[in-house]
Amino acid sequence: MAKVIEVSGRGIEEAKQNALRDLGLPESRVSFEILEEPSKGFFGIIGNKGAKIRASVKEIAPEEKAYDFLEKIFAAMNMDVTINKKESEYGCIFDLNSDQDMGIMIGKHGQTLDALQYLTNMAANKGADENRKHIILDVEDYRSRREDTLKHLAWRIADKVRASKRKMSLEPMNRHERKIIHMALQEEADVITYSDGEEPHRKVVIDIKRSK
Amino acid sequence: MKQLIELIAKSLVDNPDMVIVNEKDDGKTVIYELSVADDDMGKVIGKQGRIAKAMRTVVKAAAAREYKKVIVEII
Repeated sequence: MAKVIEVSGRGIEEAKQNALRDLGLPESRVSFEILEEPSKGFFGIIGNKGAKIRASVKEIAPEEKAYDFLEKIFAAMNMDVTINKKESEYGCIFDLNSDQDMGIMIGKHGQTLDALQYLTNMAANKGADENRKHIILDVEDYRSRREDTLKHLAWRIADKVRASKRKMSLEPMNRHERKIIHMALQEEADVITYSDGEEPHRKVVIDIKRSK
Repeated sequence: MKQLIELIAKSLVDNPDMVIVNEKDDGKTVIYELSVADDDMGKVIGKQGRIAKAMRTVVKAAAAREYKKVIVEII
Protein backbone atom coordinates (compact mmCIF):
# COMPACT_ATOMS: atom_id res chain seq x y z
CA MET A 1 0.00 0.00 0.00
CA ALA A 2 2.55 2.52 1.18
CA LYS A 3 4.46 4.22 -1.60
CA VAL A 4 8.21 3.69 -1.53
CA ILE A 5 10.77 5.33 -3.76
CA GLU A 6 14.56 5.25 -3.97
CA VAL A 7 16.28 8.54 -4.56
CA SER A 8 19.86 9.70 -4.84
CA GLY A 9 21.56 13.02 -4.30
CA ARG A 10 25.02 14.43 -3.70
CA GLY A 11 24.47 14.33 0.05
CA ILE A 12 21.86 12.77 2.31
CA GLU A 13 20.05 16.05 2.83
CA GLU A 14 19.84 16.65 -0.90
CA ALA A 15 18.50 13.14 -1.49
CA LYS A 16 15.81 13.73 1.16
CA GLN A 17 14.77 16.99 -0.43
CA ASN A 18 14.61 15.29 -3.84
CA ALA A 19 12.41 12.57 -2.39
CA LEU A 20 10.03 15.05 -0.75
CA ARG A 21 9.78 16.98 -4.00
CA ASP A 22 9.06 13.82 -6.00
CA LEU A 23 6.43 12.68 -3.52
CA GLY A 24 5.01 16.14 -3.04
CA LEU A 25 4.70 15.64 0.71
CA PRO A 26 5.97 17.39 3.84
CA GLU A 27 8.79 15.76 5.82
CA SER A 28 6.43 14.68 8.61
CA ARG A 29 4.66 12.29 6.23
CA VAL A 30 7.76 10.46 5.02
CA SER A 31 10.28 8.17 6.66
CA PHE A 32 13.80 7.68 5.33
CA GLU A 33 16.27 4.87 5.28
CA ILE A 34 19.83 5.41 4.14
CA LEU A 35 20.96 2.88 1.53
CA GLU A 36 24.33 4.35 0.60
CA GLU A 37 26.30 6.96 2.51
CA PRO A 38 28.02 9.49 0.30
CA SER A 39 31.77 8.99 0.17
CA LYS A 40 34.30 11.64 -0.66
CA GLY A 41 36.78 9.24 -2.24
CA PHE A 42 40.50 10.01 -2.30
CA PHE A 43 41.43 13.67 -2.44
CA GLY A 44 37.78 14.45 -3.03
CA ILE A 45 38.07 13.56 -6.70
CA ILE A 46 38.48 9.87 -7.27
CA GLY A 47 35.57 7.60 -6.44
CA ASN A 48 33.20 10.40 -5.55
CA LYS A 49 29.90 8.72 -4.72
CA GLY A 50 26.52 10.26 -3.97
CA ALA A 51 24.02 9.28 -1.30
CA LYS A 52 21.14 6.93 -1.91
CA ILE A 53 18.10 6.75 0.31
CA ARG A 54 14.78 4.97 0.42
CA ALA A 55 11.80 7.16 1.19
CA SER A 56 8.53 5.59 2.38
CA VAL A 57 5.25 7.40 2.73
CA LYS A 58 3.91 6.96 6.24
CA GLU A 59 0.41 5.56 6.39
CA ILE A 60 -2.01 7.66 8.36
CA ALA A 61 -4.26 5.61 10.62
CA PRO A 62 -8.00 5.95 9.87
CA GLU A 63 -8.64 7.29 13.40
CA GLU A 64 -6.12 10.04 12.80
CA LYS A 65 -7.71 10.94 9.47
CA ALA A 66 -11.15 10.92 11.09
CA TYR A 67 -9.98 13.21 13.88
CA ASP A 68 -8.40 15.58 11.41
CA PHE A 69 -11.52 15.55 9.22
CA LEU A 70 -13.84 16.36 12.14
CA GLU A 71 -11.61 19.13 13.45
CA LYS A 72 -11.63 20.80 10.05
CA ILE A 73 -15.39 20.34 9.65
CA PHE A 74 -16.15 22.05 12.95
CA ALA A 75 -13.68 24.82 12.19
CA ALA A 76 -15.45 25.42 8.86
CA MET A 77 -18.77 25.53 10.73
CA ASN A 78 -17.35 27.95 13.33
CA MET A 79 -18.16 25.50 16.07
CA ASP A 80 -16.05 24.97 19.14
CA VAL A 81 -16.19 21.22 19.65
CA THR A 82 -14.06 18.97 21.82
CA ILE A 83 -13.50 15.50 20.41
CA ASN A 84 -12.94 12.66 22.87
CA LYS A 85 -11.71 9.40 21.45
CA LYS A 86 -12.75 6.12 23.07
CA GLU A 87 -12.25 2.54 21.95
CA SER A 88 -15.19 0.16 22.15
CA GLU A 89 -16.06 -3.33 20.96
CA TYR A 90 -17.94 -1.85 17.98
CA GLY A 91 -15.14 0.41 16.82
CA CYS A 92 -13.64 3.74 17.64
CA ILE A 93 -16.05 6.17 19.27
CA PHE A 94 -15.58 9.92 18.92
CA ASP A 95 -17.71 11.69 21.48
CA LEU A 96 -18.34 15.31 20.56
CA ASN A 97 -18.90 17.92 23.25
CA SER A 98 -19.44 21.63 23.04
CA ASP A 99 -20.74 24.58 25.04
CA GLN A 100 -22.77 25.47 21.97
CA ASP A 101 -26.07 23.78 21.15
CA MET A 102 -25.21 20.44 19.61
CA GLY A 103 -28.85 19.56 18.88
CA ILE A 104 -28.35 20.74 15.33
CA MET A 105 -25.48 18.28 14.89
CA ILE A 106 -27.73 15.42 15.97
CA GLY A 107 -30.72 16.30 13.81
CA LYS A 108 -34.07 14.56 13.79
CA HIS A 109 -33.58 11.10 15.30
CA GLY A 110 -29.85 11.45 14.80
CA GLN A 111 -30.07 11.93 11.01
CA THR A 112 -27.39 14.62 10.90
CA LEU A 113 -25.12 12.72 13.25
CA ASP A 114 -25.51 9.58 11.12
CA ALA A 115 -24.75 11.55 7.95
CA LEU A 116 -21.63 13.07 9.47
CA GLN A 117 -20.61 9.65 10.78
CA TYR A 118 -20.99 8.16 7.31
CA LEU A 119 -18.89 10.91 5.72
CA THR A 120 -16.26 10.56 8.45
CA ASN A 121 -15.98 6.84 7.76
CA MET A 122 -15.65 7.45 4.02
CA ALA A 123 -12.94 10.06 4.57
CA ALA A 124 -11.09 8.04 7.23
CA ASN A 125 -11.02 4.79 5.29
CA LYS A 126 -10.34 6.29 1.87
CA GLY A 127 -7.75 4.22 0.08
CA ALA A 128 -7.41 1.75 2.98
CA ASP A 129 -7.94 -1.81 1.80
CA GLU A 130 -6.97 -3.46 5.03
CA ASN A 131 -6.84 -1.72 8.39
CA ARG A 132 -10.28 -0.26 7.84
CA LYS A 133 -11.72 1.11 11.02
CA HIS A 134 -15.33 1.73 11.91
CA ILE A 135 -15.77 5.17 13.42
CA ILE A 136 -18.80 5.91 15.57
CA LEU A 137 -19.79 9.49 16.31
CA ASP A 138 -21.70 10.40 19.42
CA VAL A 139 -22.78 13.71 20.85
CA GLU A 140 -22.94 14.03 24.62
CA ASP A 141 -23.89 10.33 24.92
CA TYR A 142 -26.85 10.80 22.58
CA ARG A 143 -26.54 7.27 21.25
CA SER A 144 -26.87 5.49 24.58
CA ARG A 145 -29.76 7.76 25.55
CA ARG A 146 -31.43 7.01 22.22
CA GLU A 147 -30.93 3.30 22.81
CA ASP A 148 -32.79 3.58 26.14
CA THR A 149 -35.59 5.54 24.49
CA LEU A 150 -35.96 2.91 21.76
CA LYS A 151 -36.01 0.03 24.24
CA HIS A 152 -38.74 1.70 26.28
CA LEU A 153 -40.67 2.44 23.10
CA ALA A 154 -40.41 -1.23 22.12
CA TRP A 155 -41.74 -2.44 25.48
CA ARG A 156 -44.56 0.11 25.49
CA ILE A 157 -45.71 -0.76 21.97
CA ALA A 158 -45.46 -4.47 22.75
CA ASP A 159 -47.88 -3.91 25.65
CA LYS A 160 -50.28 -2.11 23.32
CA VAL A 161 -50.07 -4.97 20.82
CA ARG A 162 -50.82 -7.46 23.59
CA ALA A 163 -53.83 -5.44 24.74
CA SER A 164 -55.29 -4.85 21.30
CA LYS A 165 -54.14 -8.11 19.69
CA ARG A 166 -53.34 -6.11 16.56
CA LYS A 167 -49.96 -5.60 14.97
CA MET A 168 -48.40 -2.14 15.08
CA SER A 169 -45.63 -0.67 13.00
CA LEU A 170 -43.14 1.84 14.31
CA GLU A 171 -41.87 4.83 12.40
CA PRO A 172 -39.06 4.30 9.87
CA MET A 173 -35.68 3.69 11.45
CA ASN A 174 -32.22 2.87 10.25
CA ARG A 175 -30.71 -0.58 10.47
CA HIS A 176 -28.96 0.09 13.75
CA GLU A 177 -32.07 1.40 15.47
CA ARG A 178 -34.27 -1.43 14.16
CA LYS A 179 -31.79 -3.89 15.61
CA ILE A 180 -32.17 -2.30 19.05
CA ILE A 181 -35.97 -2.84 18.84
CA HIS A 182 -35.62 -6.46 17.67
CA MET A 183 -33.13 -7.18 20.45
CA ALA A 184 -35.31 -5.55 23.11
CA LEU A 185 -38.23 -7.86 22.31
CA GLN A 186 -36.25 -10.97 21.43
CA GLU A 187 -36.89 -12.61 24.79
CA GLU A 188 -40.63 -11.95 24.82
CA ALA A 189 -42.55 -15.17 24.30
CA ASP A 190 -45.84 -13.72 23.07
CA VAL A 191 -44.78 -11.07 20.52
CA ILE A 192 -42.72 -11.19 17.35
CA THR A 193 -40.93 -8.44 15.49
CA TYR A 194 -39.95 -8.12 11.84
CA SER A 195 -38.95 -5.35 9.46
CA ASP A 196 -41.11 -4.28 6.58
CA GLY A 197 -40.75 -1.86 3.65
CA GLU A 198 -37.86 -0.56 1.62
CA GLU A 199 -35.01 1.62 2.85
CA PRO A 200 -35.08 4.41 3.87
CA HIS A 201 -38.69 3.81 4.96
CA ARG A 202 -38.11 0.38 6.41
CA LYS A 203 -39.84 -0.02 9.76
CA VAL A 204 -40.23 -2.53 12.53
CA VAL A 205 -43.59 -4.27 12.95
CA ILE A 206 -44.55 -5.74 16.30
CA ASP A 207 -47.20 -8.47 16.24
CA ILE A 208 -48.74 -11.08 18.53
CA LYS A 209 -47.14 -14.48 18.15
CA ARG A 210 -49.96 -16.63 16.87
CA SER A 211 -49.83 -20.39 17.19
CA LYS A 212 -50.37 -22.07 13.87
CA MET B 1 -20.41 27.12 3.76
CA LYS B 2 -18.46 26.97 0.53
CA GLN B 3 -15.41 26.05 2.56
CA LEU B 4 -17.31 23.25 4.30
CA ILE B 5 -18.51 21.71 1.02
CA GLU B 6 -15.01 21.94 -0.45
CA LEU B 7 -13.55 20.33 2.63
CA ILE B 8 -15.96 17.39 2.61
CA ALA B 9 -15.55 16.82 -1.13
CA LYS B 10 -11.75 17.05 -0.98
CA SER B 11 -11.63 14.49 1.82
CA LEU B 12 -13.55 11.98 -0.30
CA VAL B 13 -12.00 12.25 -3.76
CA ASP B 14 -8.71 11.09 -5.25
CA ASN B 15 -8.12 14.39 -7.04
CA PRO B 16 -8.67 17.14 -4.46
CA ASP B 17 -7.21 19.75 -6.82
CA MET B 18 -10.14 19.23 -9.18
CA VAL B 19 -12.79 20.08 -6.58
CA ILE B 20 -14.58 23.31 -7.45
CA VAL B 21 -17.52 24.86 -5.62
CA ASN B 22 -19.48 27.71 -7.18
CA GLU B 23 -21.81 29.83 -5.13
CA LYS B 24 -25.03 31.28 -6.56
CA ASP B 25 -27.18 33.43 -4.33
CA ASP B 26 -30.72 34.17 -5.45
CA GLY B 27 -31.72 36.06 -2.34
CA LYS B 28 -33.55 33.44 -0.30
CA THR B 29 -31.56 30.38 -1.21
CA VAL B 30 -27.89 29.84 -1.87
CA ILE B 31 -27.08 27.22 -4.46
CA TYR B 32 -23.69 25.54 -4.31
CA GLU B 33 -22.55 23.81 -7.45
CA LEU B 34 -19.97 21.16 -6.74
CA SER B 35 -17.86 19.77 -9.50
CA VAL B 36 -15.18 17.11 -9.24
CA ALA B 37 -13.01 15.11 -11.64
CA ASP B 38 -15.01 12.66 -13.77
CA ASP B 39 -13.35 9.69 -12.07
CA ASP B 40 -14.39 11.02 -8.68
CA MET B 41 -18.10 11.43 -9.43
CA GLY B 42 -18.89 8.14 -7.71
CA LYS B 43 -16.96 9.22 -4.64
CA VAL B 44 -19.19 12.24 -3.99
CA ILE B 45 -22.45 10.58 -5.05
CA GLY B 46 -22.08 7.06 -3.68
CA LYS B 47 -24.30 4.02 -4.07
CA GLN B 48 -27.87 5.22 -4.57
CA GLY B 49 -26.69 8.74 -3.82
CA ARG B 50 -25.90 7.90 -0.23
CA ILE B 51 -22.80 10.08 0.02
CA ALA B 52 -24.48 13.02 -1.74
CA LYS B 53 -27.42 12.70 0.63
CA ALA B 54 -25.18 12.63 3.71
CA MET B 55 -23.28 15.65 2.41
CA ARG B 56 -26.53 17.59 1.89
CA THR B 57 -27.76 16.66 5.37
CA VAL B 58 -24.59 17.95 7.03
CA VAL B 59 -24.48 21.12 4.92
CA LYS B 60 -28.16 21.83 5.65
CA ALA B 61 -27.53 21.49 9.38
CA ALA B 62 -24.60 23.89 9.15
CA ALA B 63 -26.71 26.34 7.15
CA ALA B 64 -29.57 26.11 9.63
CA ARG B 65 -27.24 27.52 12.28
CA GLU B 66 -26.96 30.61 10.13
CA TYR B 67 -30.68 30.59 9.27
CA LYS B 68 -29.91 30.04 5.61
CA LYS B 69 -31.44 27.76 3.02
CA VAL B 70 -28.96 25.98 0.84
CA ILE B 71 -29.00 23.57 -2.05
CA VAL B 72 -26.01 21.47 -3.05
CA GLU B 73 -25.93 20.42 -6.68
CA ILE B 74 -23.39 18.09 -8.15
CA ILE B 75 -22.57 18.98 -11.73
